[in-house]
Amino acid sequence: MREITYRQALNEALAEELERDPNVFLMGEEVAEYQGAYKVSAGLLQRFGPKRIIDTPISENGFAGLGIGAAMVGLRPVIEFMTFSFSLVAFDQVVNNAPNMFMMSGGQFNIPITFRGPNGPAHQLAATHSHATENFYASVPGLKVCTPATPRDAKGLLKTAIRDDNPVLVLEAELLYSSRGMVEPPDEELLIPLGKADVKRQGSDVSIVCYAQTVPLALKVADQLEEEDISAEILDLRSIKPLDEQAIYDSVAKTHRVVIVEQDHPFCGVGAEICYRIQKNIFDALDAPILRVSQEDVPMPYNERLEKAVLPNADKLVAAVKQVCYA
Amino acid sequence: MQPREQRDEVEMLSLMLLIRRFEERASQQYQAQKIGGFCHLYIGQEAVVTGAVAAVRDDDYIITAYRDHAHALARGTSANACMAELFGKATGCCRGLGGSMHFFDKKNHMYGGHAIVGAHVPLAVGMAFASKYRGEDRVTLCFFGDGAINQGAFHEALNLAALFKLPIVFICENNLFAMGTSVKRSTSLKQIVDRAEGYDIPGEIVDGMNFREVRDKVAEIVDSIRKEPHPAFLEVRTYRYRGHSMSDPASYRTKEELEKYRLDDPITRLRAQLTREGKLTNEQFDQLDQRAKETVLAAVKFAEQSPELPVEKMYDYVYFNGPATSERSAAASVESVAVAATEAG
Repeated sequence: MREITYRQALNEALAEELERDPNVFLMGEEVAEYQGAYKVSAGLLQRFGPKRIIDTPISENGFAGLGIGAAMVGLRPVIEFMTFSFSLVAFDQVVNNAPNMFMMSGGQFNIPITFRGPNGPAHQLAATHSHATENFYASVPGLKVCTPATPRDAKGLLKTAIRDDNPVLVLEAELLYSSRGMVEPPDEELLIPLGKADVKRQGSDVSIVCYAQTVPLALKVADQLEEEDISAEILDLRSIKPLDEQAIYDSVAKTHRVVIVEQDHPFCGVGAEICYRIQKNIFDALDAPILRVSQEDVPMPYNERLEKAVLPNADKLVAAVKQVCYA
Repeated sequence: MQPREQRDEVEMLSLMLLIRRFEERASQQYQAQKIGGFCHLYIGQEAVVTGAVAAVRDDDYIITAYRDHAHALARGTSANACMAELFGKATGCCRGLGGSMHFFDKKNHMYGGHAIVGAHVPLAVGMAFASKYRGEDRVTLCFFGDGAINQGAFHEALNLAALFKLPIVFICENNLFAMGTSVKRSTSLKQIVDRAEGYDIPGEIVDGMNFREVRDKVAEIVDSIRKEPHPAFLEVRTYRYRGHSMSDPASYRTKEELEKYRLDDPITRLRAQLTREGKLTNEQFDQLDQRAKETVLAAVKFAEQSPELPVEKMYDYVYFNGPATSERSAAASVESVAVAATEAG
């Protein structure tokens, strides 16, 4: 194991899959000559050439569709959105073409495509550039959605996504690109299955269900809670769809109390779905109502102080945990 | 593989007849409520897809919009599979899961059947991209209507195709109406082909009621693309005799206009050409037509007698290689019981 950044981990995943399979190519805005808006694709043009690392015009609807068409005839495109906020320009392709083709064609055309890029609020980018899209996309049958929080998960999930025979969205955490973590060396194959959550920290009093940018937040809060004798279990979903329901139930059966901390909006958010499933399937294990910490239900303001107020934070999470623990 | 341009024109006339008779019968079955959803007929436009398909190889890629029955038939999908799809049956070309607007036939290189106007044009560009990526000399024929040319997806796709020099022919089947809105009321250009110029793509206009003209023009374009990959644009001027869909009485145009085009019917025209040249007798034509009618009638019977996909099978068509969700809703289970009960009763 060695320590690398989340950005490097994604870069390694891309390089390894490009190396392994000639049908894989990377396409998006500034992925080649500019080396990637967030430098995730740094060095790939030099290594794999312009045939496989392809710059596009600012034309998300067009190149997302191009990727789907190429996937229909057997290529395995990796389409980068500079941010998932821009994927909304390609919503029709991502939602209406990629996941529907398999059903509409009676099983003749599966779409082995990966859409990837940063997702979720970053820092003072205001309303149009701060979308957390996981709840939109996870609601669409036919799509898979994963949300890595660590360098290791980022690498393992992206590699799995590229090999998946279905459309997969890898929603990278914009604020975590420079975060560091231990990852297996490049000569050791690292594949993390979609739909497998990961207990990032064992605990016994409360389960904090989290993903992507809320994972480091939850871990930080767990330290703080420990000082107050509350033992929090941190369950990182890693994939929103497929959802590792069993891991959630196992944790709830152990702690009997749940807080879900999510980076999307509250109404019809990811946490709402998880709450429904917990109460339906393991109601008797609960000792308190489930609470959710999410963004406030407002478009993101630019003002820094207001932005902070919109986002989930340690204070909100601690308060929610104490409430479910009746502490 | 043998280019179809070398194939017998009588065979292509026979194909046009099959398409015509299929659509007429589909119309009748729709009115009898055997066919659900939307149903868009191709009658009047037969020379377009038939001419284009006659000019390419069987392994070239074909993709179109929702007025797609003819494109599948022209590519070799059986009338049985097409009619069964309209009936929603498991023996349909998409197992009854796509319906009229979503015909696919992978084996015959027919890539749909796409019902969001303009949204398949980027897909076509992706297919052409794949051909170039692999170093194949395959050409993609992307059909769409005059309504598609005002969609963003269309413009983005043309720009990408030109930028990447992809082997694709954009074939605009200009039937003068985007649903019920005439080209004059929807498009700022005097002629549609000028859209291509904005992307530095060579464009031409061809008479879509003339099979030979369409075939020869597409053959010429495809030949040039195979030598050196590039996009091309063809505006094919045609006319649909029926409304936009079965629910459209087409009151936005005059009887006189429709009659004018009917007199220029593509089947009548090719028949006359062949008869004049001594390649076809009236008896032979009648035989071809009779055969088309019988094929289509048999297809209706086949569709009627075919089974539907069982309800629980629908979950198999969400994800390739297994389901992503473990839970099936209670509602679906209830419905499945109800359907089973109905079937049993």
